[in-house]
Amino acid sequence: MSATAHSVVEPSTASKRVAATLVVVYALISMIPLLWIFATSFKTPPDSIAYPPKVLFTPSIEGYCNLFTTRTRQTPEYISSLPPATSFCDETTRKRNMVIAGPSNFLPRFVNSLVIAFGSTFCAVFLGTLAAYGFSRFRVPLADDLLFFILSTRFMPPIAVAIPIYLMYREFGLSDTALGMILLYTAVNVSLAVWLLKGFIDEIPKEYEEAAMIDGYTRLQAFRKVVLPQATTGIAATAIFCLIFAWNEYAFASLLTSGTAQTAPPFIPTIIGEGGQDWPAVAAGTTVFLVPILVFTILLRKQLLRGITFGAVRK
Amino acid sequence: MADVSLRNVSKAFGDTEAIKDLTLSISDGEFVVLLGPTGAGKTTLLRLVAGLERPDSGSIVIDGRDVTKLEPAWRDVAFVFQQYSLYPHLTVAENLAFPLRSPARKLTEDEIRMRVAEVAKLVRIDHKLGNKSTRLSGGEMQRVAIGRALVRKPAIYLMDEPLSSLDAKLRGDLRLELKRIQAELGATMLYVTHDQIEAMTMADRIGILAEGRLVQMGTPREIYTEPANLHVAARLGQPAINLLPADLIADAAAPTGTKTIGARTEHLTIRRAENGHAHGTVDWVEHLGDQNHLHLTVGNRKLVTLTDPDSLFKKGDRVTIQLRAPLYFDGAGNRIAG
Repeated sequence: MSATAHSVVEPSTASKRVAATLVVVYALISMIPLLWIFATSFKTPPDSIAYPPKVLFTPSIEGYCNLFTTRTRQTPEYISSLPPATSFCDETTRKRNMVIAGPSNFLPRFVNSLVIAFGSTFCAVFLGTLAAYGFSRFRVPLADDLLFFILSTRFMPPIAVAIPIYLMYREFGLSDTALGMILLYTAVNVSLAVWLLKGFIDEIPKEYEEAAMIDGYTRLQAFRKVVLPQATTGIAATAIFCLIFAWNEYAFASLLTSGTAQTAPPFIPTIIGEGGQDWPAVAAGTTVFLVPILVFTILLRKQLLRGITFGAVRK
Repeated sequence: MADVSLRNVSKAFGDTEAIKDLTLSISDGEFVVLLGPTGAGKTTLLRLVAGLERPDSGSIVIDGRDVTKLEPAWRDVAFVFQQYSLYPHLTVAENLAFPLRSPARKLTEDEIRMRVAEVAKLVRIDHKLGNKSTRLSGGEMQRVAIGRALVRKPAIYLMDEPLSSLDAKLRGDLRLELKRIQAELGATMLYVTHDQIEAMTMADRIGILAEGRLVQMGTPREIYTEPANLHVAARLGQPAINLLPADLIADAAAPTGTKTIGARTEHLTIRRAENGHAHGTVDWVEHLGDQNHLHLTVGNRKLVTLTDPDSLFKKGDRVTIQLRAPLYFDGAGNRIAG
């Protein structure tokens, strides 16, 4: 569109500068905790708890070694009897009178997070798209009441129903299963998906499908060939919102998963080193945990912006 | 191409009756234009024929086949919408090929390419086949939309005010082109519009639609010279017909029972008043270039008529008016045949 919804009056250079400064300052303040976590992940355990806190330090990947391994304490005699260390991780561990005993649970937990977050996002967006299309195009009996009911599932924090869900899951054998977590996150996200996507699909004139149906396509074929390609922006924006929720969810994850299906958020804080919390390992876990969502968001940032400003700008 | 007929079709949306007991038949190769104001049921009628709406009662027959309960895809019709006519995510060529790629039709890519090229030439868009459909002017978009209908050979083409969103010049050009294309293909066409010029120039027959009913059906000439009632008379003619009470201007030829006289430009002879006898005065002269609009006051009525650009009437002139075989209407608004 050539016509834009921008203000008619061009903002002055001075006010632009003030705005830019404010944005940068705000961004820096928001980023301090993240930067601190990132820095901590490269500190040694003593540096991480040093007082006053160290801003400048010699980086080490000990945190990452500890994140991915489990270690056992050994006598110095035993350690010196071993063949020479083969990697940096081996070496640092031995300096602390320990040897690597095996891989930690971080990788499987991380994989659980990926499976559950992407699985539930796919389900929520899939169901949401179909439901939104139905609400948008057909005369659904009690459509307004149904839409309100769908929205009402978001009125309370999901954790308010934690105990009934916990009991139900135990009964159905869904506790600590990936399927259970996918179902749960899908249920929470589907209401968001229906509402967001209904807005996007309402914007697509129904004449397109009608034209396709007259041209010899069935409704489902018209939906696939005409509606879906035009709804991709909305679908991408919705997917990001759903993914962020499912990826970061902590409360249900810590309540309903403890073993095989445990996701990364409840696992990371439980990384314990010798003599207390292993902060560099925890920070390393958090940093690694941030990567997928960061990549996904950067890939789809245009759609995300459109999703956030959705409805604010008229074409 | 085929005959299409609607028999006693009715359709209501809630309490509003959009189409009331409408019967209409279109013969093979005929160009029928339905003329009516907004809300007359024009679009609903097309959607009923296309199958996008189901009638509450009555039946629709295409090529001898009762299609009343058939899905749009199986009715063998093509539809040109008033707007939102092109798929924005496809190019011009892909838009034109879209109906041919339907799973219901089994055409090879070569056949599709040939048909698309043919039709693109017909609607004169062949130089922009690779363009994204959103990168076209209004006229080009509408030509592609018409092309997308023409790419198939359906039983009937349905057109819902395809030219109304265009500017006057383009509308004029496309009107001619559409008529040319229809004649070339011998296509059966049902075209709805509120534009009397489109109706008069393109139609083999015009149907006048009002409040969901077909008021009159006939050739443009018939509808213009022998309107069934006041409503039909008021739909055609530019400037609009002057409707005057029967006793305003004496007319010895008026049949008994005449309550209203309808006078278009060709029914009026206007002369400058002489020897003090006058019917009215000139209010205003609008100069259109090739002709003038003459605004008159007669008694408490306003009249508008056309005059030659070189006529010498000016504001304030007193004039006499003579009626020449005007249209006579009775108290119910129906025309009394002269």
